[in-house]
Amino acid sequence: MGEYFAYSDYFGLLLCLGSFLAARWINGRMGREVCNPLLFATLACGAVLVGTGTEYGTFYESGADKLEFLLTPATICLAIPLYRQFALLRKNGAAVLAGCAAGVAAHMAGCALMLVLYKMDGAAYITLLPKSITTAIGKGLSQELGGYPAVTMASIMVTGLFGAVAAPALLKLFRITEPLAQGLAIGTSSHAAGTSRAVELGDVQGAASSLAIVVTGLLTVVAAPVMAGLAG
Amino acid sequence: MKYLKQAVIIAAVTAAAEGIKYVVPLPVPASIYGLILLFGLLKSGVLRLEEVEDVGGLLLELMPLLLVPASVSFLTAADTIGEMLAPVLIMGFIGTAAVMAVTGRVAQAGIRRGKGDGKRG
Repeated sequence: MGEYFAYSDYFGLLLCLGSFLAARWINGRMGREVCNPLLFATLACGAVLVGTGTEYGTFYESGADKLEFLLTPATICLAIPLYRQFALLRKNGAAVLAGCAAGVAAHMAGCALMLVLYKMDGAAYITLLPKSITTAIGKGLSQELGGYPAVTMASIMVTGLFGAVAAPALLKLFRITEPLAQGLAIGTSSHAAGTSRAVELGDVQGAASSLAIVVTGLLTVVAAPVMAGLAG
Repeated sequence: MKYLKQAVIIAAVTAAAEGIKYVVPLPVPASIYGLILLFGLLKSGVLRLEEVEDVGGLLLELMPLLLVPASVSFLTAADTIGEMLAPVLIMGFIGTAAVMAVTGRVAQAGIRRGKGDGKRG
């Protein structure tokens, strides 16, 4: 099995597509969303890799990389809902900025709390600072400030996956009903992965979430070095 | 032809975004430059929405699927994560929910104040 994996250029691709489609199919049969396709596909692929003793790199190179290849243009296309909803976003510019800034501040406060509670060393604390932002900024920032980029990546993944899966339930729990506020909340807390879910909730949510990725990313780039000083 | 042309435009914006990343020495991914670039092209009227909408819409619809490979990579961090597991999970779950709550409530209060309907949610 492992050898076939290493040989095949398409098996990883098939595994991703197949498990994602299976989740959609299950949801279709049940008439409501019982399993989040992203979460289901992640766990299914993970289980197959562990079960067959296949390395992640082998899976990645057998077609999964082709999917990830499309992620950059897909993220760029978030400009489309952003453009469609620009008038609404500009009208609420102050709320957009206040919401994102409050979210970033809350996140930084959470990291500082972890630093104290877990008596973390400086590098471990810095590792957590960029976890709510898009992978590429987060990884670079972690590296630059002296964190553990691999752990930052993992923590960005956990954050994004949780945001994408739980966003609708959490928004309901926190009684966030304004579509614009919903989008901002998702984008600020769980970057592009959450945004992929926000796009499904509606055009306004998708646009606001996309904007929040950019604003939150920039705010974090500015705030993280200052917060990193706390560790010293 | 319509789809091919749209795909070419999106590929061109992506390549241009990589060019910006190559020149600018900041830890900002090409996708963010591209997002801003495409928005600027649409806003300035250089590109019309119809020139990217269909292929762009397809990519957006596929986005959760495109994130599967990166999500599976959590397997590779299992060894390095060690004693950071608790903080990573706490911040990943509780921290994410808290940020969502704070951002959403603050933004919602601002939006409703802007509407002037006096509702407090």
